[in-house]
Amino acid sequence: MNVHWLKKLRVVVSLFFLILTSLLFLDYRKMIPESLFSTVLSLQFVPSFLKFFTVLKITVFGFIVVIVLTLLFGRIYCSTICPLGVLQDVVAYISRKFKSRRKGRYHYQKAKNILRYTILGITAVALVFGSTYLLLLLDPYSNFGRIMTYFVKPLLVWVNNLFSPLLARINVYYLYPVDLKPIKAAVYIVPVIILGLVLWLSVTRGRLYCNTVCPVGAFLGLLSKFSLFKFRFDTQACTGCHLCEFSCKSSCLDVVNMTVDETRCVTCFDCLTSCKLGAMSYTTRKALKTDSVIKPVKVRESNRKMFNGDHDPGKRVFILGSLAFLAGITGISKAKEYVKNAKPTTIPEKKNFPVTPPGSLSIRHFTDYCTACSLCIDACPTDVLQPAFMQYGLAGIMQPTMDYHSGYCNYDCVRCTEVCPTGAILPLKKEAKQTVQTGLAHFVKENCVVYTDETNCGACAEHCPTKAVHMVPYKEDLVIPETNDDICIGCGACEHVCPTTPFKAIYVDGNEIHNLAEKPKEEKLENPLEKTEDFPF
Amino acid sequence: MKRRDFFLKSAGVGLGLGAVMSLGSYKTLTAGPSAFALPDMAAVRGGEPDVMFDRAIAAMGGMEHFVKKGQKVVVKPNIGWDVPPERAATTNPLLIKRIVQHCYQAGAKEVLVFDNTCDTWTKCYKDSGIEKYVKSARGKMVPGNTEGYYQEIELARGKRLKKVKVHELVLDSDVFINVPILKSHDAAKLTISMKNLMGVIWDRRYWHRNDLNQCIADYATYSRKPDLVVVDAYNVMMKNGPRGVSKSDVVKMKAQIVTTDMVAADAAAAKIFGVDPASIRYIRLAHEMHAGNIDLSKLNISRIKI
Repeated sequence: MNVHWLKKLRVVVSLFFLILTSLLFLDYRKMIPESLFSTVLSLQFVPSFLKFFTVLKITVFGFIVVIVLTLLFGRIYCSTICPLGVLQDVVAYISRKFKSRRKGRYHYQKAKNILRYTILGITAVALVFGSTYLLLLLDPYSNFGRIMTYFVKPLLVWVNNLFSPLLARINVYYLYPVDLKPIKAAVYIVPVIILGLVLWLSVTRGRLYCNTVCPVGAFLGLLSKFSLFKFRFDTQACTGCHLCEFSCKSSCLDVVNMTVDETRCVTCFDCLTSCKLGAMSYTTRKALKTDSVIKPVKVRESNRKMFNGDHDPGKRVFILGSLAFLAGITGISKAKEYVKNAKPTTIPEKKNFPVTPPGSLSIRHFTDYCTACSLCIDACPTDVLQPAFMQYGLAGIMQPTMDYHSGYCNYDCVRCTEVCPTGAILPLKKEAKQTVQTGLAHFVKENCVVYTDETNCGACAEHCPTKAVHMVPYKEDLVIPETNDDICIGCGACEHVCPTTPFKAIYVDGNEIHNLAEKPKEEKLENPLEKTEDFPF
Repeated sequence: MKRRDFFLKSAGVGLGLGAVMSLGSYKTLTAGPSAFALPDMAAVRGGEPDVMFDRAIAAMGGMEHFVKKGQKVVVKPNIGWDVPPERAATTNPLLIKRIVQHCYQAGAKEVLVFDNTCDTWTKCYKDSGIEKYVKSARGKMVPGNTEGYYQEIELARGKRLKKVKVHELVLDSDVFINVPILKSHDAAKLTISMKNLMGVIWDRRYWHRNDLNQCIADYATYSRKPDLVVVDAYNVMMKNGPRGVSKSDVVKMKAQIVTTDMVAADAAAAKIFGVDPASIRYIRLAHEMHAGNIDLSKLNISRIKI
């Protein structure tokens, strides 16, 4: 059976998903319409799984599709839909170009079952007890998102900012400079570790990351045992040449015993194309009646030793490192408490709670369901969404928060609510968003320019979209801000523009649970020109 | 343009204008419209924004009077907020389009439009409708979102504002047209043409921090004044400015002021709004600092009703 087209199809589909998914994160000019996001990401396993619970609708069934696909065809999710998986394939493909043919070969390895099922088990148990923290750290889609957000996008913006001033000199303004907001170094820790691990493993060991660290890979691997289509050796045709094994990035082809470890197979179809004899097939179970006849051929034992080598020094280091990493993060996850009164004495802005984006219901809901994929950070047109440092506690590092020093929430914008793939931020219509109170503005008179300098300022009231912050008479010609809690939505425009330093005269304290704000009152106004047809001068 | 050239040209223009003004008293000698009879201000009521501008600029001697062949023109509307045009927080897009068209008809080489916005600039440009209208008239939208575009200048006559970073387009262009929209303002009471120039400088926070009204007046004394000021008072935000809360803040006045004097423009617009110009501190200060004339009775005003 000539099935070479299967591999080509896999490559095309995987690049399609990789490019589309990457673009969502790299769209620093916000040109991609919000409606496309959920379509592109609907099949991402962990986000779709979480969204099933946050949205509570059967319409969110992406993860069920993935489960069905796996039961039919094996782990094609890992080979085509998972952006981190495909990214590893791309890295491995490029790195093998620089290797000699011999060095570029993959070899059969035993499965690291203890490690992968331990990670899967802890993640699942944590999930049952309501902690999504391990999913945040290990979800391949979210890790891919962070790699794009923290490494690739800044590079792209940097190149953009290099060329835009040059083009401006010849009056071409198609490219324009884009602000890169500074991010705390601690936020980079997890993305750096994951990126390093993924790069190192994909260069040296193919898909080992997916078969040891990734809980989604381990879970879908278990399902793959029961998949309809499977890879099989044709024991009559196979000569034991090991070409399939050399091409197998999952290291799951045991040529000696002529078995395929389907729990690790990512269904890449590379073995099909590598076999010159057509001895490898991808068929349903029915077609495999001759299964039991297969016997290991003794001669081939020597072959394996020759190709495989029997000692691997990197193995132990890797396992130890992974276990230490796992132990470390479970320790961290215990400390998941968002911070109250972080710096009560040194900072006059008394913020009790961080602000979470509109649509996230409460700090609890948001931190429980956000896997910190950072997509909303990239999609936010005002840069108000920034990765948290310690605002949600140690475990909340990287989860987005409304940073009013960086920007403020645009009154008419609901982009983050529409792009969030997990439902940590639930979709909101514009009108509904405009009455969601994420926090409350607090005015500190003693810091205000009008009080200290006795000159007018009013920047806060200027920017307030509801006039919850407005100016009232103070002295003589002076007006001073006053706040109205009923209509304040906590967008942070007032805090962002307040010119006082180092402490703001007006700031927003987050609502632990979002409230409903009243709509601003409207009144009929007179036209001063109505009385006369003449000019008032 | 080099600074030296700029000063020479400014001096030349000043001398020319002085000469024209000295002849002003003789204008009764000539019959019909001529260079001598040109008004200081055209005030229009009762038309659509584009029609009112056609009439006003014709009364002011036509756009050719301000824009010469091959010149680079920069237009500065108020695009400060991400709100739709009918909310009147941003200059009427139809008016801006008409101005761009007039500039090209007068022979402008290129017409560039920008604002250093308050809300996110890409959204403001788009949602105000101005980007679309400017592009439809072959104008070019220029970003003003990073400090790199701004060059520091000194204000010899500034009291609180001694140095300020100004967008390079304002410094480079041959013709600078200021097109504010008249609206209420929390801190400055009204925002018109002088206040609109907060969108050509970089650090607005400094102004707010250091006596906003004085800084507005200080910047109005800067030698690179607008060559033309067009005040959009078609839809006017009567309260909750400068951003506004809803459409109910807006009143349809169908008025427009065209002049070369920002202080006079602001004084006339304030009167349209129903406010005594002298009660607006920055207008009073700018007049006292000789940035322009608050006393409309001293001006030759062409009043046009449509």
